[in-house]
Amino acid sequence: MACNSSTCSSSGCYKEYKEEEHHKPKTRAAVNGGDSRQNLCVKCKSSESVCCGIGGEDSRFCKDCFKNNLYGKFKQAVTYNAMITPPDKVLVAFSGGPSSRVLLQFVHEMLYRARKNYDASKDKSLPVFGVGVAFIDESSIHSFPSQQIEKAIGDIRSIVLNLGPPSKELFVVPIENIFASFGIDCKERLKKLLDALDDVTGKEDLLIHLRMLSLQKIASENGYTRVVLGSCTSRIACHVISATVKGQGYSLSADIQYVDSRWEIPVVLPLRDCPAQELNTLCSLDSLKIVELLNGPCSGINGLVSSFVKVLQEENPSRECTIVRTAGKLTPFHFNAIPEIDDSNVPSATRRHHRRHGLKSNASLSSELFCPICNSPLKKSNSSSLTNESPQTSDLFVAACSSCQFQILPKDPSLTEQFVSLLPQPIIARAKHCDRGNASSLREQIQDFLLSDDDDEI
Amino acid sequence: MEADTKPKKPGARLCCVCNQRRAALKRPKTLEQICRECFYAVFEEEIHQVILENKLFKPGERIAIGASGGKDSTVLAYVLSEMNRRHNYGLDLFLLSIDEGITGYRDDSLETVKRNELQYGLPLKIVSYKDLYGWTMDEIVKMIGLKNNCTFCGVFRRQALDRGAALLKVDKVATGHNADDIAETVLLNILRGDIARLSRCTSIITGEDGPIPRCKPFKYTYEKEISSISLGCKNLNKFSTYAYFRKLDYFSTECIYSPNAYRGFAREFIKDLERIRPRAIHDIIKSGEDFRIATSTKMPEQGTCERCGYISSQKWCKACVLLEGLNRGLPKLGIGRNQGLNKDAKKDIKKDGRTKSIESKQCGSLDF
Repeated sequence: MACNSSTCSSSGCYKEYKEEEHHKPKTRAAVNGGDSRQNLCVKCKSSESVCCGIGGEDSRFCKDCFKNNLYGKFKQAVTYNAMITPPDKVLVAFSGGPSSRVLLQFVHEMLYRARKNYDASKDKSLPVFGVGVAFIDESSIHSFPSQQIEKAIGDIRSIVLNLGPPSKELFVVPIENIFASFGIDCKERLKKLLDALDDVTGKEDLLIHLRMLSLQKIASENGYTRVVLGSCTSRIACHVISATVKGQGYSLSADIQYVDSRWEIPVVLPLRDCPAQELNTLCSLDSLKIVELLNGPCSGINGLVSSFVKVLQEENPSRECTIVRTAGKLTPFHFNAIPEIDDSNVPSATRRHHRRHGLKSNASLSSELFCPICNSPLKKSNSSSLTNESPQTSDLFVAACSSCQFQILPKDPSLTEQFVSLLPQPIIARAKHCDRGNASSLREQIQDFLLSDDDDEI
Repeated sequence: MEADTKPKKPGARLCCVCNQRRAALKRPKTLEQICRECFYAVFEEEIHQVILENKLFKPGERIAIGASGGKDSTVLAYVLSEMNRRHNYGLDLFLLSIDEGITGYRDDSLETVKRNELQYGLPLKIVSYKDLYGWTMDEIVKMIGLKNNCTFCGVFRRQALDRGAALLKVDKVATGHNADDIAETVLLNILRGDIARLSRCTSIITGEDGPIPRCKPFKYTYEKEISSISLGCKNLNKFSTYAYFRKLDYFSTECIYSPNAYRGFAREFIKDLERIRPRAIHDIIKSGEDFRIATSTKMPEQGTCERCGYISSQKWCKACVLLEGLNRGLPKLGIGRNQGLNKDAKKDIKKDGRTKSIESKQCGSLDF
């Protein structure tokens, strides 16, 4: 188990290893009473173990086996779900934290190996995928000193540069750019938008949605075909609980799969099977540089959930995995698979895996309605209450999911129109599309009774 | 319930429903300011609506109310008998109480139920673990310690309720499970990985295809509201001869064996949640109802226990497995995953298509 305490004295704790690195590594056998068998890696049984996986004492690994184990989980997730196939261009979302640092490292290593194979191959038939990195700068929301922000961005640039060839484009984009349009003060508008929210949790969640919109914008404007997130098991476990608590049980299964294609640029989660503890350990072992999160800690519901999960994890180290496994048994949606899976580009093993697990994407049968704000699929019976809303209820309110209605939209209906004007374009566009969708299905029902008219379409 | 000490001022803190009386509390569920009388009225009306909308009862049915003496079952008994009278449900109501044999806890709470019997005029039946199983919880805890005792008690109580209900010849059992309980159960099932239970635990009626269906009229009722009712409610039962009781009589101590229960984690969390966002309890239940769970995972195969005939998805029902463990001095039998008699019984079935008798196995060759 990766060690969180500063005074851990259990043998095999990686911190002990780090300290001893400066002193005498040879004394480790003596420290443990001379029983060198206890110190062997459980995998290769030859090298000394330096750290523990999530299984605690039963999963002591040497550095190489530990790293290979984690990389193996990443690689399997990528392959089985056809996340990255050439000629994809993938955009890695980088926050600076340990999970996204490991993600960046693993994607780089995969790219490096692919490149080597390409260079070594005679006919250069299989192109290599492209990689870009995106960092969404949220410093305008918090008032950090500009030195701190500049240093952090500088660190990020150097991290990406020091990965080595092949080179990767880095996008450092302020979050307010989501509003970018002529004559708009983006920072001011973002501030106004966030101030319009009372609920702390609503604010945090809206920021998450805006973050995704930013990533989507960067990806689509620069020709990327995938957005890669570093969401690890622990993050997903917290999301399972917080979505349950916010009444989002229906859409939960959409958010926690390996692949999420409801977005314009499909989003993939290759670190889904990696616990945060192990990712932290790897950063330590490999001295992977991390940039401290500029964003403040979560409060409200999200903060409460994350401390709850932490308590559970301390009581039982496999709790996060159990939570994700349980939620994994919920039925996913048709968009939880890569759309072009029947392509011959996709390895046949992957196609077999998909058939076996019923992950066939069926975008043509899409009859899902989505919340314009959080993009979560709406349960049919919820949306059937749409027709009963009074005329003064705004279209956005009617189209939104019940969670966004409560925590994001203003309580006072008269303020909704003003709120809508502050939202970024993609959300407003979704609301209009949603509304059109509802109107057109109603129109179908009454089609026979409509007299021909020169009135404009809705 | 908040005590309002301000003197009555014109326009200040009036009940949002009647707009006449002074608001005495903020409704835990909605945070609306409401006076006492309107709160009782709203509370009772909501229960009435839940009963109607979910078709919980039919006229002429005999209903056993699972009565522990705690506030949930006391308020349930009170409200059901009141609604039965006021709205003419036409039900025959009984109190059914289980004596687990916990000294210093259950013996006291049973006294409360006996008083409820007199207060509400509802016939009471008490079923004890000692009579049914030959063990009291005190004896069980002495043998197995404090780690898994809640498992034993819960399993035994479920069967005891059914047996008591059968003795009373009732059509349904109503229990006082409230919204907080159900929210806790949803969370626990996620934490434990029990997807099958997760799909069933939010149903307001369960066991419809079994011997005695059960319903939970308080499914949408917040625990805090039940507490508010029981604390402040004058005893309005006209038939009671104990009219000087101003409050609903209930027993309010936690089970003495409970400190190590895992459910406590979830309960603390939900309490914290409720403080930030009261509707979260309702939202958890809604999530539980909305989870996309394939219908194929919902129903385990239903059979009967070979030993006692009770409903069971395995060869032996859980109560029999646990009892066997107790009687043989094997406290871990039936505890944890893949343990106990049933696993080996199933393996035998798989191997040669016949069921081997458990008794033929040497003691000690059963792994657990």
